[in-house]
Amino acid sequence: MKHAFRTMIAATIIGLAGACGAAAEPLKVGFAAEPYPPFASPDASGNWEGWEVEFMQAMCKQAKLECVITPVAWDGIIPALTSKKIDMIVGSMSITPERLKTIDFSDKYYNTPTGVIGPKSEKFAATPEGLKGKTIGVQVATIHQDYATKYFGGAGATVKEYQTQDEVNADLAAGRLDAVQADAIALDAFLKSDQGKQCCDLKGNVKDDPEILGAGVGVGLRKGDTELKDKINAAIKAIRADGTYDTFSKKYFDFDVYGG
Amino acid sequence: MKGERGASAPEARVTLPPEESTLDATALTSLPRGRALLEPHRIALMAVAAGIVFCAAWFMRWDWLPQYAGAIASGVGVTLLMLVSTSLLGFFFAVPIALVQVTGPWWLSLPAQGFCTVIRGTPLLLQLWLLYYGLGSLFPQFPEIRQSFLWPYLREAWPYGVAALTLSFAAYEGEVMRGAFAGVPRGELEAARAYGMSRWKLFWRIWLPRAVHRALPTLNGETVLQLKATPLVATITVIDVYAVISKIRQVTYLTYEPLLLLALIYLILTALLVAAFRYFEKRIPTRSA
Amino acid sequence: MAADMINWSLLALEPPGWGGVLLAGLMNSIKIALGGYSLGLVLGTGGAFGKLYGGPVLRDLMEVYTTVVRAVPELVLILLLYYAGTDLLNRVSAALGYGSVDISGLAAGIFVIGVVQGAYSTEVLRGAILAVPAGQIEAARAFGMSPLMIMRRVTLPAMLPHALPGLSNLWLICTKDTALLAVVGFSELTLVTRQAAGTTKAYMLFFCAAGVLYLLLTLVSSLIIRVIEARARRGWAAR
Repeated sequence: MKHAFRTMIAATIIGLAGACGAAAEPLKVGFAAEPYPPFASPDASGNWEGWEVEFMQAMCKQAKLECVITPVAWDGIIPALTSKKIDMIVGSMSITPERLKTIDFSDKYYNTPTGVIGPKSEKFAATPEGLKGKTIGVQVATIHQDYATKYFGGAGATVKEYQTQDEVNADLAAGRLDAVQADAIALDAFLKSDQGKQCCDLKGNVKDDPEILGAGVGVGLRKGDTELKDKINAAIKAIRADGTYDTFSKKYFDFDVYGG
Repeated sequence: MKGERGASAPEARVTLPPEESTLDATALTSLPRGRALLEPHRIALMAVAAGIVFCAAWFMRWDWLPQYAGAIASGVGVTLLMLVSTSLLGFFFAVPIALVQVTGPWWLSLPAQGFCTVIRGTPLLLQLWLLYYGLGSLFPQFPEIRQSFLWPYLREAWPYGVAALTLSFAAYEGEVMRGAFAGVPRGELEAARAYGMSRWKLFWRIWLPRAVHRALPTLNGETVLQLKATPLVATITVIDVYAVISKIRQVTYLTYEPLLLLALIYLILTALLVAAFRYFEKRIPTRSA
Repeated sequence: MAADMINWSLLALEPPGWGGVLLAGLMNSIKIALGGYSLGLVLGTGGAFGKLYGGPVLRDLMEVYTTVVRAVPELVLILLLYYAGTDLLNRVSAALGYGSVDISGLAAGIFVIGVVQGAYSTEVLRGAILAVPAGQIEAARAFGMSPLMIMRRVTLPAMLPHALPGLSNLWLICTKDTALLAVVGFSELTLVTRQAAGTTKAYMLFFCAAGVLYLLLTLVSSLIIRVIEARARRGWAAR
């Protein structure tokens, strides 16, 4: 028994030392630990794939940075960045004035409209009047949550918040929600899936509000990490100029995801 | 000497389910006494603690507090509602689950035993997601469900939270009650039978009250554990105090302040629970050995 | 109808089946549980001895530690420790001039579970140490053993049989507590299950599969525990 106890202590120390000793140089890129097609989703062998993963790889290669994907819970992704659990966020995070108070952003790397979907059987518009009295689902800590709370929640809709986007979609398919507001591309991917095809269709895009919806998606960075920011901005510019960006984007989209 | 201990200790363990031996270790069940606070080193420690609290209040950001006070209060209400309703419901389910395991036929006791094993052998978080998202994923295949009278409830999140927490409490308390039913002295039951009591009367008048009496000391710990389990319902969109604090964290981008407040809220809730149990335990006549 | 609704091939071990991912998640869960539990035992041993034989200040600090952990939900503690733990470590090492340290998710997970388990095992071990007859410790002292040797040769081995039921129960709690790390995005069994379910939309199938894995872990652990307990009680009077 005593022997087992001693082994256990030794195992802990070795385990901890090993875990801490693995400290290496690569930059930890925070991804939201949830399927968010077509941007990032895990495949059956445990690897992450999608447009944003390819963007990250191209950007890191261009900037000569060694990057590893580190999945983090979406609702804790900003604290994870500020507490140095990760070094940057490549998580479809829009650049908003509110977030800029806490973290810094690179230049935008894509920009898409915001859409609202709902069950096929229901007819309504993506306006405050159309959504009155309905239950609308959004992912927590997103621009969509802020927008829906301000425009639809203020006009008599119930806004329900979820940890991940695929849970919002699942609850729409289950019939627990009347509508979902999210990124138009992410919604499109859902509508093309088996589940989405059966149940739902697009009700339209919402009216823009740059103050809330932001000016495109950027790489989230810690404040003061200007060296990394300059490298990333240069890399984004370079992969857009040399056509790499368009090459991998064509695999996923038939339109310009960068936006005007 | 060793033989004596050895002879008595394992026997005592056989009657106790393992939960009871760790209940006090995992859930707070007693509070410090007031008089002991006045020892000199405690006064010094309290001064240090007061300093830390003062620093936290002074250097951290708390300006969001007034704005969200109402939401936090209603969140605490939801948490308490969840706790009380699921503990009561769970206890009512625990009694039959325990009873059939002690006296029931095999086709009742086996499923009851299986239920306890499965619920206690898997994480509550997984059970919760299985109920909410698993069942939800079946709805599209059965459109009739949406026409049923249950649909208004199935659309909401809280029934799933209540169901999962109730099942969990029933399984854990069921295990305790099983020991309690089995532990009622045979002589008492035989005496009741000798008085000509019917089976029902014996159950209602002797067996159940005696078993509940024996299980009471564990209720305190089980309820504290249940309180500690309630924040999990926030992951299926029930807005309890944990969800309110999560929301504040996201809106204000503060990492620690809301979480510290949340820990404080749970500390206070636990202390109140323990104090309430102490009050009620005093009113119940002393339990027998 | 139900039969063809379930697509068992999703559980295949090789991609495109997700079985391999689930098993890798299970391995992660077990690793964290083992690491956290061992760390908890170390903390708990220190805590129990501190609580029993430490000075008044140490005793009170230990009391605060175990009180807070036993009164606050694990989920809240995990969030607090997960962010605060690494942040604090970074600040300390920065203050000492080592720059920021890189803490892997695994180490953070083990740390978080370990701190929670430490408080629980403090209480279990304290009870077990109290069950060791005072005469045995006095005898050891009379033989001139140093406190450290008494702990190593007498107290720890003599209290272990008393502590085992509690400790084995803590292990079962520990394996289930690892599921809570899903909330901070650590790739253990519950999180990879959710990812697999979200990607394939086969929620029922994957949650049930994960449930079976957890149940197996519990049942196998219980078997091993029974063997260990029988061994530990060998010296006790046979009846």
